[in-house]
Amino acid sequence: MKSYLLPEYILERDYARCNKCKICIEQCTYAVHRYDAINDAVHSRSENCTNCQRCVVFCPTHAITIRRNPNSYRENYNWTQEAILAVKEEAETGGIIITGMGCDKPGLTYWDKLLLNASQVTNPSIDPLREPIELRTYLGKKNDRLNFETNGGEAVLETELAPQLCLETPILFAAMSYGATNLNVHESLARAATECGTYFNSGEGGLHPSLYKYGDHIIVQVASGRFGVHPAYLNIGAAIEIKIGQGAKPGIGGHLPGEKVSEEIARTRMIPTGTDALSPAPHHDIYSIEDLRQLICALKEATEYSKPIAVKIAAVHNSAAIASGMVRADADIIVIDGFRGSTGAAPKIIRDNVGIPIELALASVDQRLRDEGIRNKISIIASGGIRNSADVVKAIALGADAVYIGTAALVAMGCTLCQKCYTGRCPWGITTTDPQISKRINPEIASQRLVNLLRAWSLEIKEMLGGMGINAIESLRGNRLQLRGVGLTESELRVIGVKMAGD
Amino acid sequence: MKQTDFHIRGRSVDSFETPFQLRVKNGLAIVDAEGTCYRDLNALLRKLNSNGIKKAELYNVYGQRYIGTSLNGNMKIEIYGTPGNDLGAFMNGAKISVYGNVQDGCGNTMNDGLIVVHGHAGDLAGYSMRKGKIFIRDDVGYRAGIHMKESQNIRPFMVIGGSSRAFLGEYMAGGVILVLGLNSHEERHRAKFVGAGMHGGVIYVHGEITNLSKEVKVVDIDKSDVRLIRSLIKEFCDYFNFNFDEIMSRKFTKIVPVSHRPYGRLYSHYAHARQCCNVLLNME
Repeated sequence: MKSYLLPEYILERDYARCNKCKICIEQCTYAVHRYDAINDAVHSRSENCTNCQRCVVFCPTHAITIRRNPNSYRENYNWTQEAILAVKEEAETGGIIITGMGCDKPGLTYWDKLLLNASQVTNPSIDPLREPIELRTYLGKKNDRLNFETNGGEAVLETELAPQLCLETPILFAAMSYGATNLNVHESLARAATECGTYFNSGEGGLHPSLYKYGDHIIVQVASGRFGVHPAYLNIGAAIEIKIGQGAKPGIGGHLPGEKVSEEIARTRMIPTGTDALSPAPHHDIYSIEDLRQLICALKEATEYSKPIAVKIAAVHNSAAIASGMVRADADIIVIDGFRGSTGAAPKIIRDNVGIPIELALASVDQRLRDEGIRNKISIIASGGIRNSADVVKAIALGADAVYIGTAALVAMGCTLCQKCYTGRCPWGITTTDPQISKRINPEIASQRLVNLLRAWSLEIKEMLGGMGINAIESLRGNRLQLRGVGLTESELRVIGVKMAGD
Repeated sequence: MKQTDFHIRGRSVDSFETPFQLRVKNGLAIVDAEGTCYRDLNALLRKLNSNGIKKAELYNVYGQRYIGTSLNGNMKIEIYGTPGNDLGAFMNGAKISVYGNVQDGCGNTMNDGLIVVHGHAGDLAGYSMRKGKIFIRDDVGYRAGIHMKESQNIRPFMVIGGSSRAFLGEYMAGGVILVLGLNSHEERHRAKFVGAGMHGGVIYVHGEITNLSKEVKVVDIDKSDVRLIRSLIKEFCDYFNFNFDEIMSRKFTKIVPVSHRPYGRLYSHYAHARQCCNVLLNME
């Protein structure tokens, strides 16, 4: 069948600058560039280009420019080019359109409509360069009250504390599985988490034994496929996360395609090499809050109550009620992954239409738990669409204890959001399990980039906190007076729980 | 609370408070579990295990969950009564015999070991087990063997003496399920949607299955299958005192997945990639 799809990008080469070094040919994993020996020139097939910018960055003479293909259908606000192309692609293939990364549609980011406060005259701001500002965060159940007894004039804590995760900065690396990404990416994240005193989430594909040494800074994930879940895996992590859903594809499962299941990944996931790794939408032992409690208790039994158990859900319409149930189910941490959360592969129609933005879900969950007087019994991690340190600060002011960053961490390592993760050919070496392409991520360098990112964000967070006159991140948590909304309707302001700017 | 001393080979090794009636002698612990919480029971089992107790007999077990969770080593546990859900979850090598029925999730995500059930099992028996063996004398509930996996030479086995309910071997990615169809009054199994989403492993069934899902097919049994079935039935008969020859004389059907990539065709980019490749090939 003749394909009617338009090429998305035009690749232009400045032949005066091109010195035919062929680096672009080596760097492109989609076979865009090729050398024409007869004419001694390098040519390009624009139609294969995903606009990942790999060749542009690596071209020593800056001879390459990538532009959006100016060819377009007649302008139509209803039938956009994207809508028309989607119909054509489905008509040609009969298959679901898959995409990578988070939702790219405008108008659903509330962070940009929330503004932070700063101290002026009536309360002094703090200079973080001179005064300590505390970012350390503990995740886990907090007791209603603490009992002490005196022992020879010394106060001794009588109450048994629930296990906690200690973060030096309220930012964790989100779950990205071994299989969706490769060992180099996992190692970079694990090293950076260890160096920064935070945590990296293994994702649902198990953990390669070579990373067990970073176990104190790893949250291990248990998803419906139970890939790579065994007692050693559960015990090596600092915490266990039960994955119910993710923001990019609430309500549906995941299929890691067989091409990505190499021998090493198969061994770690405990499945045969080359088979699809199927993670169904539900855990088949969890059909209710009571069942969730059962898995939480089983995991606690398996680890002798030594570590917190997190439960990750996608932000959906009844998140607040579910969160309340999770507290009763004895979870220690709830992870809410918002509408703009990222993924290696999701049906585009699901990614762009299912779920709700994290800002709204977070605000309603925090409010619900406060109303019920159980907010202290669980910590909240917000996730899905955190782009910078201001988003972190706004999330914490809305009620989060900490945030997960996934896309931001990948961007730090090289990702350019070309949204083609599902091909398994990531030119930046991130979402590929091809041993040659994976080498493009050097854990030594990539972890340094991640450490730098967290350092920069932590400094920025301290600046913002100091400006508000707050010297500990704990005092910001759920402190919605530090937020004001702009361009929001009455009901949006009500759900988010903030006042209009100027009010 | 009762103070209990451990005596192993005449040597006192430990003592601690326990809510149980407990007797320990020559490496055998006899426990009365009546009215106790699973948390205490599991803590006790771990304690016994780490103190080198080789075998524990648990009496009056009434629905305590998670018994044997994550238990290492090759300790033997005999359970008299009805253990609760998730018996042997994440278990790592222990051997459990149950004289009674088990409830849901028996052998959930089991890593290694053996569970022998002298009775029925509830739903989800052997959920995602990847090594070890489960023998169930009578019937199992829904979704038995769901997500069973194998990798390299590691393979789990589940033998069901009676019949199964719907979704037997759902999402199965490896391992072996053998359904003997004993104690059945009908020739036909009531299980529907057998092997839904199955993409690895094998199911052997005696008796007719009328409702196979589209992801699986029936193939002929060869010599290696007979060897495997024979060894499993042998073990089954050893545990439950059935007549080996009688069971071996039965006819078995072999059910395997059609593909180990059942859902590849769902997505447009596979079709598209093929098309692009053709275009590329034509251009070259």
